[in-house]
Amino acid sequence: MTFELFLFYLFGTTLVGSAMGVILSRNPVYAVLFLVLAFINSSFLWMLIQAEFLALLLIVVYVGAVAVLFLFVVMMMDINLAELQQGFTKYAPVGAVLGVIVLIEIGFVMMSDQITIKFNEVQEFAADYSNTEELGIELYTNYIYPFELAAIILLIAIVVAITLTMRKRPGLKVQDINKQVAVDAKDRVRIVKMEAEE
Amino acid sequence: MITLTHYLMLSAILFCLSVAGIFINRKNLILLLMCIELMLLSVNFNFVAFSQYWGNLDGQIFVFFILTVAAAEAAIGLAILVVLFRNRRSINVESIDSLKG
Repeated sequence: MTFELFLFYLFGTTLVGSAMGVILSRNPVYAVLFLVLAFINSSFLWMLIQAEFLALLLIVVYVGAVAVLFLFVVMMMDINLAELQQGFTKYAPVGAVLGVIVLIEIGFVMMSDQITIKFNEVQEFAADYSNTEELGIELYTNYIYPFELAAIILLIAIVVAITLTMRKRPGLKVQDINKQVAVDAKDRVRIVKMEAEE
Repeated sequence: MITLTHYLMLSAILFCLSVAGIFINRKNLILLLMCIELMLLSVNFNFVAFSQYWGNLDGQIFVFFILTVAAAEAAIGLAILVVLFRNRRSINVESIDSLKG
């Protein structure tokens, strides 16, 4: 067994274990933390087949943004856990059986004679090969329009998330910029002429 | 040596775990969203493995787009969840039946 295979099994078992942690843990905060562990382990696994750019992107986007978003939402809400866990033991066997069935089906597909995996050898890249550079060239030439569409999707996501969660609370003291700008000195200062007193 | 089959089996196991997770945690909306994220991760595994073993970068470009869509989906899903919790004080899937679907 080579060192790489050992690393693959180490990260793979941790990944599967943390995925089990996500679906089985009682507390949603622990589930999110297990999700972070799963993302970090898959990033290691992508690094093992030399997909460095996506491995780092996974940490930045998923661990840095998505998982933290989940963590904020989970911690912000006052969830009644007992109500949500009703029927957990009732449905756990059903879920396990379904998972095993799907796994067996995928296994059958992969073991069948109809499918032969031709490219089973790992690619050897030259020492000066840069995954990031190649991806960048591809992304900014052949895939430039989908890339810009992705940017628009992200913009829409920002707008939607903000408009959905924004609320106007009554009774708040806020600045009215229009009123402030429209103010004239004549409205504010009143010069009163009066007799000097002795 | 790590072969493509290793990666495909790992992603199959991950996918099955997330399918089972959707059935086990069928009341908790947050955990359902997390299971969907795990599913997308296993799909991304397939894309990256095929792309690296075949020596064609198109698969990795697609992973890039899936990451984008997954981030947008998580943001919008969690925003809907927050609004839902604000209105109903609960994220139980069974209590969300006002549309009578």
